[in-house]
Amino acid sequence: MKYLNILWNGILKENPTFVLLLGMCPTLGTTSSAINGMSMGLATMAVLIFSNLIISCVKNLIPDQVRIPSYIVVIASLVTALQMFMQAYTPEVYKTLGLFIPLIVVNCIILGRAEAFAAKNGPVESIFDGIGIGLGFTIALTLLGGIRELLGTGKLFGATLWAESYGMLLFVLAPGAFIALGYLIAVVKKTMKI
Amino acid sequence: MKKLPSTLPNMLCVLTLISVIAAGALAYVNQLTAGPIEQNKARTLAEGINRVLGANDAAVQETSTVQDANDNDVVIYMTNKGVAVQAIDPNGFGGTLKVLVGFDDKGTIKGYTVLEHAETPGLGAKADQWFQQGEKGDIIGKNPGQKELTVSKDGGDVDAITASTITSRAFLRAVNVAFHAYAGASATDGQTGATPHQPQN
Repeated sequence: MKYLNILWNGILKENPTFVLLLGMCPTLGTTSSAINGMSMGLATMAVLIFSNLIISCVKNLIPDQVRIPSYIVVIASLVTALQMFMQAYTPEVYKTLGLFIPLIVVNCIILGRAEAFAAKNGPVESIFDGIGIGLGFTIALTLLGGIRELLGTGKLFGATLWAESYGMLLFVLAPGAFIALGYLIAVVKKTMKI
Repeated sequence: MKKLPSTLPNMLCVLTLISVIAAGALAYVNQLTAGPIEQNKARTLAEGINRVLGANDAAVQETSTVQDANDNDVVIYMTNKGVAVQAIDPNGFGGTLKVLVGFDDKGTIKGYTVLEHAETPGLGAKADQWFQQGEKGDIIGKNPGQKELTVSKDGGDVDAITASTITSRAFLRAVNVAFHAYAGASATDGQTGATPHQPQN
């Protein structure tokens, strides 16, 4: 029950995109299609789970005044490893996400969860928090990417629903990301009554 | 377990230790993935060369690198099915545009592919389709040696991508650079006409 609560908390109550509004740079930058958004969400989730796990294990060994640099070194190593694995085994995804993968290092969601959760809780809870927040982020990015892809190009996950010439190009470009995200947040806030 | 106090020796030791472990782990991952990454690169290149030459089994016989007028590297791949040239133009709308163009022995364009770009999705990013055979800006079968490729706005005979003239200009410049490198290389029969630069096998 406790673990389920942590999961639920990450997905809805403290959804990083719709409620905490953290990690806006990859959110706006990579969601030009549903599949891009989902890949970015999953990549971030992988880093988040491992960084939460490692940091919750070593939290007592790290003196308070150097905790931020220590966390950053842990996160940066994980991201670099992830980048190399993606380059080796999923080159197509790596090509589309490109620059945004190294930028996961400075994603405030990851450092934020390290500070706010992993540094105060045990390893198992921290893993669940990583999964929950990661899922919340992935769902949000997939949703945003799907809406932008559908309105902009008439496709969803690459499958054509209507002709591309009926699409509103605006939604594939940067302004569309802001507009779609704004409406999504409004809808989530209204339905959740947060 | 109690938290370590923030004394200078503690902090030094912890930071050093974390950095050393991180470096070790990354070195291991690097070693693990270096092979597959190299294979991917080689496969992408081989697929690209086959695509632009319209072949299935083009074998690279000779690779040479020359410099264009702006000191950018242009790589020429001589194969048994024609010549593929990789060239860049740094002034696309979103940065550098890297293309691979295939030529037959008369200098006619057999095919092209955009290897790298940072153009706007939905606008300039269409370049990998727009100039293909049968599309609106068809450049296949044209010979840049007879007439330099330029967009119709600049007096040329290639239709630019709608609302993406800057991308189209950059793309055509890169194709022209590729052609000049090709012409320079074939004029001297395999020897590089421009500045020679670390020839590879």
